[in-house]
Amino acid sequence: MKIALVEYGAGNLPSVERALARLGADSFRAPTPEALADADAIILPGVGHFGALMRQLGERGMIEPLRERITRGVPFLGICLGLQALFCASDEAPDDRGLGIYPGRVSALPATAKLPHMGWNTLERPVPSRLLEGVPDDAYFYFANSFAALPGATGLADAEAALCDHGGRFVAVVENGTICGTQFHPEKSGQAGARLLENFLRLAQTYAGQSGRSHGAAQ
Amino acid sequence: MSLARRIIPCLDTDGSRVVKGVQFIHLRDAGDPAELAARYNREGADELVVLDIAASRDHRPTFLETIRRVAAELAIPLSAGGGIGTLEEGQAILRAGADKVTVNTAAIRRPALLTELSEEFGAQAVVLAIDARRDGASWRAYVRGGHEATDLDAVAWAHEGVERGAGEILLTSMDRDGTRKGFDCELTAAVSQTVTVPVIASGGADTPQDFLDVFERGKADAALAASIFHDNLQGFGALKRFLAQRGVPMRVSA
Repeated sequence: MKIALVEYGAGNLPSVERALARLGADSFRAPTPEALADADAIILPGVGHFGALMRQLGERGMIEPLRERITRGVPFLGICLGLQALFCASDEAPDDRGLGIYPGRVSALPATAKLPHMGWNTLERPVPSRLLEGVPDDAYFYFANSFAALPGATGLADAEAALCDHGGRFVAVVENGTICGTQFHPEKSGQAGARLLENFLRLAQTYAGQSGRSHGAAQ
Repeated sequence: MSLARRIIPCLDTDGSRVVKGVQFIHLRDAGDPAELAARYNREGADELVVLDIAASRDHRPTFLETIRRVAAELAIPLSAGGGIGTLEEGQAILRAGADKVTVNTAAIRRPALLTELSEEFGAQAVVLAIDARRDGASWRAYVRGGHEATDLDAVAWAHEGVERGAGEILLTSMDRDGTRKGFDCELTAAVSQTVTVPVIASGGADTPQDFLDVFERGKADAALAASIFHDNLQGFGALKRFLAQRGVPMRVSA
C-alpha cells in the first residue's frame, strides 16, 4: 500500500514517517499533485497556521487534487491542522479558504482555559469508531491547538467520532467513511496514538483499490 | 475529561552528551541522550526537553544531530533549544525533529524573535525559557545560562513574552536548581497566574510531594526535572500514580 504524506514546507513529516515505520508501513513524501496520483492513502500532517497551510497547498496546486481524491474515496487522514483543513474556513485566517469537504468552520477555543490547549487529554466517544478500536476509553492523546471545529461543524450526525473539552467541547476525531482526521497528534501520542495509526492503515487497506483509480489495485 | 498535568524529564547536554551540575556549574557526564530518551519514552514521560547548555555555534551541527537521534526514539513531544538567536536557527531545531523550540537569552536581547518564531511556526512551537532568581520581594530574569542578571522582573517578562508570541513558559528557579529542596511554588504560581499559556516548573525537584506541591500550590501545568530521573531516584509510573491518587490529572498508562 502506498501512503502519501503531503509535504507543504512545514509540518511534522519526520515524526509521522517514523510512527508509520514503527508499524512496518512505508510512506513517501508528496510535494506535488503528480505525487498524489499513485497514492492508496493520503495523510496530511499539519502544524502551524491555517492560512500558511492553505496558501502553501494553493501554491503547489494541491487543493483541487486533494479535494478530488478525498471526495472520490481515497482514504485520508488529516492530523491537527490537517483535520482543520477539511472545513470551509478558520477563525485563524478569515481570508483563506479550507478544502471545504465539510460546511462548518474552525473556531478559536474559548480563552477561559489556558491556550494553546497543550498536553495530554482524554476523549468523549459518542459513536463507535474504527480509528479508536482497541483504544481504551480512558486513553490520553497529545494535543497542541488553539483552534478547533466545534461539535456539529461537519454537518453529519455520525462523523464526529470523538470530542474533547478544553474551555468548551470540540471535535477531536472525524471519521466519515474514508475521510478521517484527528485534532490531536497520534504520532506523538505513545501507544494509544500508534494504535490509532494502525487502525487507519487497516481502514485504508480495506478501501485501497476501491476508489476508482484507473491504473489498478494496490498490492 | 481534563487536561493531564505533565511530567517532563530534561536532558541538559554539552551538544552531544547529557551533563549535570548544580546551579549551572560543576558539570559531569550523565549518559547518552538517545538512550535516556528511549528509556523515558518507554517508562511514561509525557514529553522531553533537550537543551544545549554549551550553546556554542561550533557545536550546533553536533546538537542538531543529537536532536535527530533523540527524536527518532520518541513517540512523545520534544522541545529543544539552547543559544537559539534567529528564525533560521529555530527552524533548524524544528527541522531536526523537535516539536517546539525553546529560546532564552536571545529573546530578552531581541523580543521580536518570539513574534518571528510564532508567526512562522505557531505559538504552540515556541517555548520561552526564563531563568529566575529571587531578588527581594520579586524575581529577576537572568541570561547566558544564569551568568548574567538583567533588569527584567521575571513575572513581567513572562507576561510580555506571551504577548509577543510564546506559547509556553519554561520557568527555572535558579535558587532551587540542583538543590533538591522542592520547586519554587511561589515563583511558579506568580507566573502561572499572570500568563494565559501553560507553565512548566523547573528546578529543585526531589520527592513526589514536591511535584504535588508545584501542581497544587504552584499552579504548574507541567513539572520538569533532570537528575532525579537520570539517577533513577524517581520512576514515572510510581510518581504519576502518587499524583493521580491525590487528584492530580495524570496520564498514567504509557
